[in-house]
Amino acid sequence: MKKLSARRRHPLAAVVVLLFALAVTGGLYAAFAPADKAKADDTAQSLAIEEGKKLYSVGCASCHGTGGQGSSDGPSLVGVGSAAVDFQVATGRMPLQQQGAQAPRKKAIYSQAEIDQLAAYIASLGAGPVAPTKSQYSPDGADIAKGGELFRTNCAQCHNFVGKGGALSNGKFAPSLENVNPKHIYEAMQTGPQNMPSFPDTTMSEKNKKDIVAYLGAVNSSKSENPGGLELGGFGPVSEGLFAWVFGLGALVAVAIWVAARTAKAKKS
Amino acid sequence: MSSQEIPEENLPSTQGEAHAGAVATADPFADPGLPPHEHRIQDIDERAAKRSERVVAMLFVLSMLATVGFIASYVTLPVDKNIYVFPIGHISALNFALGLTLGVALFCIGAGAVHWARTLMSDVEVADDRHPIEASPEVKAKVMADFREGAKESALGRRKLIRNTMFGALALFPLSGVVLLRDLGPLPGTKLRKTAWSQGKMLINQNTLQPLRPEDIQVGSLTFAMPEGMKEEDEDFQNEIAKAALMIVRLRPENIKDKRELDWSADGIVAFSKICTHVGCPISLYEQQTHHVLCPCHQSTFDLSDGGRVIFGPAGHALPQLRIKVNDKGFLEAMGDFAEPVGPAYWERG
Amino acid sequence: MSTATDNRRKAPAGERVADWADGRLGIYSLAKANMRKIFPDHWSFMLGEVCLYSFLIIILTGVYLTLFFHPSMNEVVYHGSYVPMQGMRMSEAYKSTLDISFDIRGGLLLRQIHHWAALVFLAAMMLHMMRVFFTGAFRKPREINWLFGFLLLVLGTFTGFTGYGLPDDLLSGTGIRIAQGLILSIPLVGTYISMFLFGGEFPGTDFVARFYSIHILLLPGIMLGLVVAHLILVVYHKHTQFPGPGRTEKNVVGMPLMPVYMAKAGGFFFLVFGVIAAIAAIATINPVWAMGPYRPDQVSTNAQPDWYLGMSEGIFRAMPGWEINIAGHTLVLGVFIPLLIFGLVLTAMAVYPFLESWVTGDKREHHLLDRPRNAPTRTAFGVAWLVMYGVGLVNGGNDLWATHFHLSVNSVTWFVRITFFTAPIVAFIVTRRICLGLQRRDRDKVLHGRESGIIKRLPHGEFVEVHEPLSQDQLFTLTSHEQPKPLELEPEVDENGVTRKAGASQRLRAKLSKGFYGEGTHIPKPTAEEYHEITSGHGHH
Repeated sequence: MKKLSARRRHPLAAVVVLLFALAVTGGLYAAFAPADKAKADDTAQSLAIEEGKKLYSVGCASCHGTGGQGSSDGPSLVGVGSAAVDFQVATGRMPLQQQGAQAPRKKAIYSQAEIDQLAAYIASLGAGPVAPTKSQYSPDGADIAKGGELFRTNCAQCHNFVGKGGALSNGKFAPSLENVNPKHIYEAMQTGPQNMPSFPDTTMSEKNKKDIVAYLGAVNSSKSENPGGLELGGFGPVSEGLFAWVFGLGALVAVAIWVAARTAKAKKS
Repeated sequence: MSSQEIPEENLPSTQGEAHAGAVATADPFADPGLPPHEHRIQDIDERAAKRSERVVAMLFVLSMLATVGFIASYVTLPVDKNIYVFPIGHISALNFALGLTLGVALFCIGAGAVHWARTLMSDVEVADDRHPIEASPEVKAKVMADFREGAKESALGRRKLIRNTMFGALALFPLSGVVLLRDLGPLPGTKLRKTAWSQGKMLINQNTLQPLRPEDIQVGSLTFAMPEGMKEEDEDFQNEIAKAALMIVRLRPENIKDKRELDWSADGIVAFSKICTHVGCPISLYEQQTHHVLCPCHQSTFDLSDGGRVIFGPAGHALPQLRIKVNDKGFLEAMGDFAEPVGPAYWERG
Repeated sequence: MSTATDNRRKAPAGERVADWADGRLGIYSLAKANMRKIFPDHWSFMLGEVCLYSFLIIILTGVYLTLFFHPSMNEVVYHGSYVPMQGMRMSEAYKSTLDISFDIRGGLLLRQIHHWAALVFLAAMMLHMMRVFFTGAFRKPREINWLFGFLLLVLGTFTGFTGYGLPDDLLSGTGIRIAQGLILSIPLVGTYISMFLFGGEFPGTDFVARFYSIHILLLPGIMLGLVVAHLILVVYHKHTQFPGPGRTEKNVVGMPLMPVYMAKAGGFFFLVFGVIAAIAAIATINPVWAMGPYRPDQVSTNAQPDWYLGMSEGIFRAMPGWEINIAGHTLVLGVFIPLLIFGLVLTAMAVYPFLESWVTGDKREHHLLDRPRNAPTRTAFGVAWLVMYGVGLVNGGNDLWATHFHLSVNSVTWFVRITFFTAPIVAFIVTRRICLGLQRRDRDKVLHGRESGIIKRLPHGEFVEVHEPLSQDQLFTLTSHEQPKPLELEPEVDENGVTRKAGASQRLRAKLSKGFYGEGTHIPKPTAEEYHEITSGHGHH
């Protein structure tokens, strides 16, 4: 302790402390950052469509197996349907960049035509949810209010009141739905990607899904209105509290400093 | 309480020296007294003072203009008009206009007053004397004597009967107030033990309001149900749904680790209470691959493949499961109420 | 007599009104004592005013809101102007909140000012309390005022929470549900309190109306009384001041109420109101329309209370789920223990002044403030308390920390479970060391002067930095603080040889006192002799 005390005025002390703090922060982050591997999707079987199969064997087979049967690195794709393929590939979640708690949304690397071929191939492996047509997910004729109620019953628990996203266990998360293509929202409900449960047409009708998509378009897109002003992320009281402390009280303290400060004195000659 | 009008006169005579050089004094750490008053620019330069005056007046005028702006916006802007303001977004024009004009009107009054005080009012520091808060011994003695005198005259100490009955009366009458609170609500009874579920009630899908069939429910899907016969318009809907809300998932029977859970399921379809056993949030963050369900309020995590057991977080006991079967018409129905109270634990829960 | 009447007739109108009032209220005597009352200038002394003014703003806007809000849980179908709610069933409370937001001109603004001012009010109380704590302004004679302030903070929290519950939207209803779950966990009487509070089972149809009268009448009424008492005591005790030349325990140095502080404090009200109004124009708070009407089977993630209950939310999230069943009864420790911890953490703050005066044996009046570094143990306690509070607060938003920093919510929770107990200890030790370091620096500054940044080359080639001696004012300011000695136990055997054992509480007190003031808790102040020795000799080194 004595030695340490003696050296604390060393010019490099601050640098050492800073490096140490950074190392600790980094170490803690590494220790706490979620590294759980995504568990494999449930499901099993096979057949082929030429183009899709070619694309598949280049881009997907290393994890999902040559015939879509799955491997230790990726779930079986038999019976997941074209909707699942369209969702996963068109939102850039697949192909996966690295193993992690969950595949994040990225820029898609396949063209829509290629995605359709892939989807056709996977759909041929086993029957599953079919990618929706435009009339199914377009908000025309949908009931926004009903969509809101359905959203609060089925979706808000993970995705937040207006779809800003939220945390799940062990580093998984429900992503923000802001500006997500309505088609992909529809497909996600159909197929239940990753840890999201599915909401098949048997329990959530096509009309229900359409209403939900319309509600999200109304409250969570770049066009949605926030009459009160800055949305502050839409995360509720946590961001509001932070704002009140930093900008509210911060501004008032700045004002108080001005009120109480000495007025500049005339310089004595 | 007398404030010193000219504090310089009150300063120790050595004060000038002290400021000339601290080193020279006998005791370098002695209190040098209040420093002499230094003039502000406004105190000696009338032009500067005039400038300050104009700034103050300008702030007050700005405030007036802002108030006019407030009234003008109130009158002219429609309540439902939204405009795009960078970088805030699509916001209510009226709210934005009213808020900013009100803010400016108020802020300018304040800023004007403070600027006036800071630049034009005297800034001579004044010392005010403090006086001890405690009374002097004489005052205290007088008060004590008066008190004893008064107490003696009241004869409270001597006439014990009066004293005791008075205390009794004063102690009892607040009871009336307490009794009056009784009708705030009913006694708990068994209200928290019972829900709207009972033998033979079908499970109604909350999205479609249709009874659920087992084939509707796929592995990996999530469905919410309420008991047959319950309607949103019912007077007690809120109270009943607060206990009866149900969450239905389908697992592969081989994935169900708990034997009772398997027995109470129908073809791998299990029905659990949607109400968290911690403090009652509607829990339903279902992760279909891990079969975990998480509460958004305090992150209690339950394993739906293992009897709803708690695996993380502050909940103290497993999620109650509703025993269901497929009836002869092919619909899912309850085989009774929950076997235990749903929702948060409480003293009488047992 | 007649001349007096003549004079009065000639007096200006204002004076005549004042005369009239004086004859009935005695205002001249009041003004004599208070008109030129002195307030010291320091920005941190204005924090209490921020609290007072935001409280007034809340009352003003709150009265306006009561004109339009319907505290009723009767269900109605919405047909107002907000499209995404058309045709929804909702309570009148929620509907009228939507109407205030969308159909009443300026209603949204006043609602937002009301809510923002509430957050600022509680934040300002917290900051005000920190200022009073760290400068030791709570010491005699101001302990009672500290308690008044503490009660205001607690009541403000409850008032805020009942207000948060009024709109009956999905977020507020979830908050009320959580509160009901907490009430249920109270042993023996939990279910009874819950049934009585909610008029039956949750949610029932009563709580909005009941919370309304608590929110707008009962609690603000008590708070208003406390605020008045708090202010009367501030005036009566006169303000504390920081040490400095000419400032003693027997005086207060500053500017007079009339005119400087009338303008400054009066103006400050408008400044606070203006800032909050501008914030309400720019930023949304509690967009109830986005949350939907409350239904006990619906929920959203990000279900958090307003910040002032974030710490309790955090410890509820961090607590493991302990539950004990004995003889047919359930002890819900997983819920009840955090409830107790929250109460204890708050109470610790309330009783600290009494604890400190008992431990240190200091019963004198204090009007000169301590610089936090000169009371290292107190400062360390304060920082430790804040760290504990802060760790809890962080966990109140653990899901948001997790999603924004790509962490696991479970790891964040575990981190908090550990640091809630360890971080305050570390903070205590570190703070005390920092305080001692600062004391050491003050000592060096006094003895060797201020580092001027001017580098001088000596004849023999050595470079030295010129240290400027401090002025008398600075020397006095840096050395005028007290350095108390720890209390000593009276000897066990007195001079007559009679053994008297010190009681357990006496021994504890001596031990704590040693911890407060004993070895290693302060750097000795430089003495005049030391100063002379250094400055008179070979100059600076």
